[in-house]
Amino acid sequence: MTPKTRKLDTLIIGGGHAGLTAAITAAEAGARVCVLEGAPKSHRAGNSRHTRNLRPMHQGPILSLTGTYGEDEYWDDLLRVTDGQTNETLARLTIRESAQSVAWLYRHGVHFQPPLGGTLHLGRTNAFFLGGGKALMNALYREAGRLGIEVHYNAEVIDLKFDGKRFEEAVVKAEPDNRSFQAKTLVAAAGGFESNIEWLKEIWGAVADNFLIRGTPYNRGEVLKLLHARGGQQVGDPKQCHAVAIDGRAPKFDGGIVTRVDCVSLGIVVNDNASRFYDEGEDFWPKRYAIWGRLVAQQPNQIGHVIIDSKSIGAFMPPVFPPIVADTIGDLARRIGLDETQLVKTVNRFNAAVQPGTFDHTELDGCKTQGLEINKTNWARPLDQPPFSAYSLKPGITFTYLGVGVNEKAQMLMATGEPSDNVFAAGEIMAGNVLGKGYLAGIGMTIGGVFGQIAGREAAQYALK
Amino acid sequence: MRSSETLIEAERVMTICNACRYCEGHCAVFPAMEKRLAFAEMDLDYLANLCHSCGSCYHHCQYADPHEFQINVPRTFADLRLETYAAFSFPSFMAPVLRNNTNWAALSVIVGFVVIFTLTSNWTGGVTDNFYDILPHKTMAGAFGTVGALVVLALTLGVSRYWRSLDLPSPFSLDWKHVRSGIKDALSLKYLGGGTADGCTYPTETPSNVRRLFHHLTFYGFLLCFAATSVGTVYHYSLGWVAPYSVFSLPKFLGITGGIGLLVGPIGLLWLNHRADDQTKPTADGGMNRTFLILLLLTSLTGMALLLVKQSPYLAPALIVHLSVVLALFLTLPYGKFVHGFYRLVALIKYATEIDR
Ligand SMILES: Cc1cc2nc3c(=O)[nH]c(=O)nc-3n(C[C@H](O)[C@H](O)[C@H](O)COP(=O)(O)OP(=O)(O)OC[C@H]3O[C@@H](n4cnc5c(N)ncnc54)[C@H](O)[C@@H]3O)c2cc1C
Ligand code: SF4
Ligand code: SF4
Repeated sequence: MTPKTRKLDTLIIGGGHAGLTAAITAAEAGARVCVLEGAPKSHRAGNSRHTRNLRPMHQGPILSLTGTYGEDEYWDDLLRVTDGQTNETLARLTIRESAQSVAWLYRHGVHFQPPLGGTLHLGRTNAFFLGGGKALMNALYREAGRLGIEVHYNAEVIDLKFDGKRFEEAVVKAEPDNRSFQAKTLVAAAGGFESNIEWLKEIWGAVADNFLIRGTPYNRGEVLKLLHARGGQQVGDPKQCHAVAIDGRAPKFDGGIVTRVDCVSLGIVVNDNASRFYDEGEDFWPKRYAIWGRLVAQQPNQIGHVIIDSKSIGAFMPPVFPPIVADTIGDLARRIGLDETQLVKTVNRFNAAVQPGTFDHTELDGCKTQGLEINKTNWARPLDQPPFSAYSLKPGITFTYLGVGVNEKAQMLMATGEPSDNVFAAGEIMAGNVLGKGYLAGIGMTIGGVFGQIAGREAAQYALK
Repeated sequence: MRSSETLIEAERVMTICNACRYCEGHCAVFPAMEKRLAFAEMDLDYLANLCHSCGSCYHHCQYADPHEFQINVPRTFADLRLETYAAFSFPSFMAPVLRNNTNWAALSVIVGFVVIFTLTSNWTGGVTDNFYDILPHKTMAGAFGTVGALVVLALTLGVSRYWRSLDLPSPFSLDWKHVRSGIKDALSLKYLGGGTADGCTYPTETPSNVRRLFHHLTFYGFLLCFAATSVGTVYHYSLGWVAPYSVFSLPKFLGITGGIGLLVGPIGLLWLNHRADDQTKPTADGGMNRTFLILLLLTSLTGMALLLVKQSPYLAPALIVHLSVVLALFLTLPYGKFVHGFYRLVALIKYATEIDR
């Protein structure tokens, strides 16, 4: 290896929201900063460029956010979705610090918009980026340019050299020789391991071959693995992740937001045996969509088929792919490759079990079925008005929760529980500290922003000491 | 029914955008799109003309090239706008003639008029300040009267064809509130701002308001020049005051102020267009945009030149060239980039009726 080394104050691995936030904060504090982004420029900013909002705590309306979203309510929400699998100190820190995240982004060229379309129910809790996550990331990259931060694309980190719990240098894959980068401090912001199919298979078995990855193909978890190998503390269950059921025709990677199918609560979902397997009307779709990835992953061939009739057309966000349509349930079964008799039987039994009620999709309307092994508890209407439409669903992995432990200074904890002096972590790579399981819309970007700032500030302070 | 490749592509793109909606805050296109579940020809012709190709939704799209979805709204809609201009223009055969050879067409019209004017000129050399010593009033009035009438006819018919194709009711049965709001949005270039005070991502990914500035200079410069001519006409016919007018007269004042706008504006827009990302431009516009800007620029340049060569033997050739350029500009108006203003206005009025503003 040609040691083309240089001493930087702060080296950032990963050019997503967490990495760029840390880089900008450190540079503003006077540090010499360099960002190593594994992806080419066209794919920079990992999963962050697929996002749309974050969830800031706020007292009273700010920008487009209505009402108040205070610390206690936020904490209760987080506690509920995680079933208590969260670190209260870090979670409350995230919540409190999130109060200035909108202003910080605004100062750095990011604009916000009021929620429109199908997202009005998030008007109080979530701040929406004008133009989405890529617009946000473009703005942060422009700031990085203005601050003279060095950014390397196609700079995949393949090794980390430590001296005990101290970071020494990072090795970047390059032709003909790898390059090494030395720095006084390191901020690891390289995302989870969601796009590493081999790793997913180690955990989920062969079924992981049928998973679609909603975001970047570049979050392969090398840095996470290296940090664990160098003695970093492991937090989170490797099996925990955010996964939703998406259209099976979505691209293997980077399908992003458009591949979602939002009509589960309006119809029924059957597996490849043409049997229903879960209550489609348990709760409002936005509160439930994150469990369906897992549910579908447990079905034969990791497939679910959502079936609606013509009553539901137009009542949900239009999906990107057209549905499979047929005039009879039998015909529909043939077209989506299910056993005809079995599907007709399932639908007939479902229709017969529907109880009278007044359908109202805007509230838990109590329209339910009775007497089935698995009842639908809201919005149950018979599927009786042709044409019938079907969307076939596969599990779509958003991001994984396995990470490295951190403290309130975003310093990485070693397996022993002591912090490393000069290694910091932010974003997906440490989200598992706050998010042990479940999901709260907008919490991913919130964690990345809060810990990105803390990591950048602390790293610069340590380096400039 | 046109079922062109451009329409098919536009339908594909809108279907993906409608499932995404991340750009809904940038401009009127997306809220209008969200009102629809499917995109017929009429919807696409409408949406395309709400778009300024500012580039914001391209630079901010996670599905843009190299993503396999290959989303590029500004380019797709720029292509479709060109198609709508051709589809509705009157008479229909004129559009393609000019479209494919804009520079040549404009140049030959200019040369044609120069020849006609030279042949009909009274001028026998010598210094004069009176335009009518150079070209008989009859010739000028005849040329401008005829060309003006043709242009007004072609524009009116073309734009009303587009109006009807969008299923808009007669302008007289519209709520004036909507018309006013459409006109206001058009005149203020509201959606050229990318949805923020920083402006849109034109010519590069960094937001800026320069395009709006240069567009305003161009448009209002054009209007002032037009006003100068109109006031001159009133002076001549109604008041019997015959040109030339002094520099402090209303027509001169309007003309000079407008002329400056019409110099700076088009130069700025040409420069921006040169710098802009090729991705956000139409696949091929046959130089339509550039030709129009150059004609505007030539109009103001030759008009200003008249002031400089006053009382010199160069006035005659300068006047002939200036009038020929203006006539070429007018003749190409209904088939060139100029029409975008009317199509945009119609689309914005429809938008105002849709969202009831
Ligand atoms: C489709 C989709 C929609 C989402 N929507 C939202 C939302 O609306 N709100 C929300 O809060 N969250 C959302 N999320 C989650 C959110 O994307 C993440 O929580 C957040 O972006 C994490 O930021 P990050 O900087 O840690 O990771 P990323 O943005 O993924 O950045 C990690 C970066 O590290 C780079 N990298 C990886 N390995 C290496 C290596 N070895 N060497 C060098 N570089 C490397 C990658 O190229 C990548 O750019 C969404 C996720 C997806 C997939
Ligand atoms: S242009 Fe791209 S980001 Fe914008 S709405 Fe369309 S698909 Fe979404
Ligand atoms: S290019 Fe600009 S004006 Fe056109 S649709 Fe996109 S954001 Fe709107």
